[in-house]
Amino acid sequence: MAKYTEDDLKVELETKEYEYGFYTELDSETFPVGLNEDIVRAISLKKGEPEWMTNWRLDAFRSWQEMIEPEWANVHYEKPDFQAISYYSAPKKADPNKTLDDVDPELLAMYKKLGISVDEQKKMNNVAIDIVVDSVSVATTFKKTLAEKGIIFMSISEAIKEHPELVKKYIGSVVPPKDNFYAALNSAVFSDGSFCYIPKGVHCPMELSTYFRINQAGTGQFERTLVIADEGSYVSYLEGCTAPSRDENQLHAAVVELIALDDAEIKYSTVQNWFPGNKEGKGGVYNFVTKRGLCEKNAKISWTQVETGSAITWKYPSCVLKGDNSIGEFYSIAVTNNHQQADTGTKMIHLGKNTKSTIISKGISAGKSQNSYRGLVQISSRAENARNFSQCDSLLMGNNCGAHTFPYIESKNTSAKIEHEATTSKIGEDQVFYCNQRGIPTEKAIALIVNGFSKEVLNKLPMEFAVEAQKLLEISLEGSVG
Amino acid sequence: MLSIKNLHASVEDKEILKGINLEIKAGEVHAIMGPNGSGKSTLSAVIAGNENYEVTEGSVELEGEDLAELAPEERAHKGVFLSFQYPVEIPGVSVTNFMKTAINEHRKANGKEEMPANEMLKLIREKSELLEIDRKFLSRSLNEGFSGGEKKRNEIFQMAMLEPKIAILDETDSGLDIDALRIVANGVNKLKNDENAVLVITHYQRLLDYIVPDFVHVLMDGKIVKSGGKELALELEERGYDWIKSELN
Repeated sequence: MAKYTEDDLKVELETKEYEYGFYTELDSETFPVGLNEDIVRAISLKKGEPEWMTNWRLDAFRSWQEMIEPEWANVHYEKPDFQAISYYSAPKKADPNKTLDDVDPELLAMYKKLGISVDEQKKMNNVAIDIVVDSVSVATTFKKTLAEKGIIFMSISEAIKEHPELVKKYIGSVVPPKDNFYAALNSAVFSDGSFCYIPKGVHCPMELSTYFRINQAGTGQFERTLVIADEGSYVSYLEGCTAPSRDENQLHAAVVELIALDDAEIKYSTVQNWFPGNKEGKGGVYNFVTKRGLCEKNAKISWTQVETGSAITWKYPSCVLKGDNSIGEFYSIAVTNNHQQADTGTKMIHLGKNTKSTIISKGISAGKSQNSYRGLVQISSRAENARNFSQCDSLLMGNNCGAHTFPYIESKNTSAKIEHEATTSKIGEDQVFYCNQRGIPTEKAIALIVNGFSKEVLNKLPMEFAVEAQKLLEISLEGSVG
Repeated sequence: MLSIKNLHASVEDKEILKGINLEIKAGEVHAIMGPNGSGKSTLSAVIAGNENYEVTEGSVELEGEDLAELAPEERAHKGVFLSFQYPVEIPGVSVTNFMKTAINEHRKANGKEEMPANEMLKLIREKSELLEIDRKFLSRSLNEGFSGGEKKRNEIFQMAMLEPKIAILDETDSGLDIDALRIVANGVNKLKNDENAVLVITHYQRLLDYIVPDFVHVLMDGKIVKSGGKELALELEERGYDWIKSELN
């Protein structure tokens, strides 16, 4: 009988292509490459922003110029040339006052390819969706339904104009413009993103969703998301990301800020599937993202992420547990294959009393990839009775990949209880053979084992996205076990 | 049903099976006994299609079809079932989910639609009752933290669900106390009928008190050196394997 060898697997792996690697011919307006104060001003002008916003951007830009790129992450890549990137690209037909019927048919065709037909979305219950292509938001569904509850869900550009008091108050309040190199860059040049405000005591009746897409070549995408849950409110938010396959690397540097006021709860789920580069490690998206949430009294923020894409991932969704009794959670599945590198984890900053945090991280490495978990649990001196539980599990496939765990713990209060558990395992030939013997083919067996490994995190995703995430895991790891 | 002819197999160039001949007909129970290292587990692995073993000569046929070119899962779809000596753990995958996947893969291979959920539930209920399995057990992760007895009972439960043509029980009695042994053996007896066959691979005779074989074969150094009825097992129990060795010399 023919033996299924590593070579066969490699061939199979090579034939598998990134599903979302198409490029749509859209009539776009793209700024010349390069970055200086004039470009920052031009972006702000293009978007018709008030002066305070322009100045805010310029301040960020000036700080950014003084900063240097961080090098502490366990990733190796050629640094992007920030002067070779265009900082603004917009499909020309996007009109800020659009309705779905006005959307460019080519754009609609692209959404269909992405499997998120807007027509369908319109009819589908419980998911309101905002779609950001390259730099601008092109469609927000369900705006009216949400408005009836007083919920604001729109692009951040619109929010700057329509709700300046909210934006002004909260933007940069959790991730200050000078927070880090990429956050400063984003603050200077962010082009669009989503804005969401849930009024006091309102339980948002549907999932809010943003879909990000990089389309144009040689552009960076810098979205800015701001979610504010007012006292006693609840919202579940999801973002999805794809990009075309390109030879050169594309830069993505987003900032997401969450604010959960007293007794509020925010669930933020991400399914990240940016182009990971080809099998030789050429191309792919550099994903340098700053995500952070602030919890006031009794508030709760849960980050759930399924990270399967990007050539480089640098991302640490964090919670600042400022209010007493507040809760932070981080559930993560990070998959790396071929030459992908991921350095991801979380920071849980316990400031208030009786604050609790939970970290469940599942790393899956295949091919020649490197997958690192990096997490910080910090307990301040006044955080009486703080609790943390961290669990970091790694699953390895084959002999050429790596899994790394870098947990940092800083406790300044003796009443703190911090637990950390970590495991590393390998998908065994015996597991696969056992499944085979029960009639389950190898590919399916791996999917089953990986899904079992990731189950605790998958369970945290909203139902419809859990199914999508499972499929994504399967696709990302096809043919990756020997 | 199962026809093994002059089967030679090796692992890492070391020949383990050195010409096995065995005919198993529908409705029969065969037992293979032999000392440690005689090739018993290799035989079961080779029939199931484990790719770590290379078949160098001879053939294994199921209902006249040569299995040589078939992948392990394809053999399973045709009705080969192996109850493992050491069932593996798959964390996070429940027994139910695992069985659902396995059954639907069998159905797909045989050109059938997926089994509807209610039918699946009914089947699970029926088979778990047959094997005195607590329903709670079915929601646990496959073999994770199972006792030796639970693991083996789970193997027989899977056999009941998949209804194979030929079931190979590899050292199913190892690690079982007498109660667990009885439950497992009763399960196998209930599943046995005129259209399937069972091959019991065991080191000790005690399982054969419960699963009574029609034929007993002695495997030594990769060959079947003696065959007989169930009384042969008793004789082996009493006298060990040495007398056969000396008989051969």
